[in-house]
Amino acid sequence: MNWFHRHRGLTPYLLLAPGVVFLAVFFLVPLGFLAYQSLESGNFDIGFSFTWSWSNYWDALHNYKAQFIRSLEYAGIATALALVISYPVAYWIAFRGGRWKNLLLLFIVAPFFVTYLIRTLAWETILSDNGFVVNTLQSLHVLGPSGRLLATSTAVVTGITYNFLPFMALPLYVSLEQIDERLIEAAEDLYASKLQAFLRVTFPLSLPGVVAGTLLTFIPAAGDFINAQLLGSTNNHMIGNVIQSKFLESTDYPAAAAMSFILMAGILVAVFLYARLVGTEQLTGTAA
Amino acid sequence: MSAVAVERAGPNVLAKVWAFVKHHILTAYSILFFVYLLLPIAVVVVFSFNNPPGKFNYTWNAFTWDNWIHWDAVPGIRSSIVLSLQIALLASLIATALGTLIALALVRYGFRGRATTNILIFLPLSTPEIVLGASLLTLFLNLNVIFGFWTILIAHIMFCISFAVVTVKARLVGFDRHLEEAAMDLGANEWTTFRKVTLPLIAPAILAALLLCFAISIDDFVVTYFNSGPEVTFPLFVWGAARIGAPPQVNVIGTAIFVIAVTLMLINVVVQMRREKRGLA
Repeated sequence: MNWFHRHRGLTPYLLLAPGVVFLAVFFLVPLGFLAYQSLESGNFDIGFSFTWSWSNYWDALHNYKAQFIRSLEYAGIATALALVISYPVAYWIAFRGGRWKNLLLLFIVAPFFVTYLIRTLAWETILSDNGFVVNTLQSLHVLGPSGRLLATSTAVVTGITYNFLPFMALPLYVSLEQIDERLIEAAEDLYASKLQAFLRVTFPLSLPGVVAGTLLTFIPAAGDFINAQLLGSTNNHMIGNVIQSKFLESTDYPAAAAMSFILMAGILVAVFLYARLVGTEQLTGTAA
Repeated sequence: MSAVAVERAGPNVLAKVWAFVKHHILTAYSILFFVYLLLPIAVVVVFSFNNPPGKFNYTWNAFTWDNWIHWDAVPGIRSSIVLSLQIALLASLIATALGTLIALALVRYGFRGRATTNILIFLPLSTPEIVLGASLLTLFLNLNVIFGFWTILIAHIMFCISFAVVTVKARLVGFDRHLEEAAMDLGANEWTTFRKVTLPLIAPAILAALLLCFAISIDDFVVTYFNSGPEVTFPLFVWGAARIGAPPQVNVIGTAIFVIAVTLMLINVVVQMRREKRGLA
């Protein structure tokens, strides 16, 4: 006890130690190993050796340019769609939800309670060739008689949008819910139209939610490979599919590591820019 | 503005219809949104009662209870569920313990390295799962670790810690420290104060963190896929089954998990609504 009193300043470090050491060993150190591996050359049979092989990066960018671009494109479209689709609903729950707010939020996160792979397989059923959606679109001549949705980019983007929608809707709701409604009333009292009040008061105040939701949706979406695998064809493969198959099928570890790092680096740049914009405390706060 | 235009142009009824539409359009849209959100879930539930015509459970054929009665008729499904439950239980307990300690340190104490710790907690949350999985894989490969139960468990604890920290932290921030000071004034030492005052007050947050970690762990596919070796968790089982046509038993388990999780959440929501009502009265 006496020792504790003399070293009171140590308490926070003692509390932190177990968890932080665990994260250091199994999160930070592995990233170091990944960086190291990404600069190796050789192959699985003869073994890998560290040769500062920066060419892994250029080769990855060069050979899989299409998949990198497709990842950013699909993730970008899905994020924008998620924002547009869920903003009105987040608004509706925040301002008109009343005492049903918590129940409605439960509906929003309901998809998370169905195993990720199973809900993606459900989309496979919904979009399948003889399914209701394809048949309807065919009878409306939106799709040709042999047209299909599965194995198209539409299906992949649909799946990604759906799977990450709650990550967008929740932060939007949180930021809208915090808005003091008297500010909107004040704007209207000062002769702003409803649209003006929304554009100049409500929307700017909800921006932290928009930014948080965008990051929380875009990051996992850019690294996803499940939707492309189950709903798309090889023409819709994203960088995640390539990383996955290089690691687990063709055991081309250096190339796969380099690709993971390029993906990670792109995302880290975005997060740090955001951190500079809002401060670390707020950044970690919005993740709650 | 447009309402005025309509009123001038047409009879009063039209204006009323327009006002009605304008007032309820957001509600109507929200209902459509929820239909879209819940549609795939309905598909999962409905197809758990399907008697599939062939290998693929894509088209509705006939109603049957068989899949529910013989939920473990598919080889490997039972052991995969058992493994997922074991991992989720252990990972959520350990991650919540570690996470709670970190949250206490972050909220209670000012110390050098606080901002860095915040970033360290935030980083795993903002790293794509595939990078988390791939980097752990390279660590284990380079150290010649044998893949299996322990590598899966380590991976799950790793990605759960940050979620536990964030959940407990949210509760601690709104915590009235006077309660602890009062206990100390009355002669309790730090440990007794923590046990008798702090812990009971943050217990709901710890429970929430446990449930969240459990849910994330049992649902995880990507990180597990990279670090499982020969072991098969339930999501890995679904992945393998999907390649050759997933059996309806997969929908049965999916539905069961959904029903259990939603029931737990509903209880929580009802308790909260009651509490709010009492607070208002």
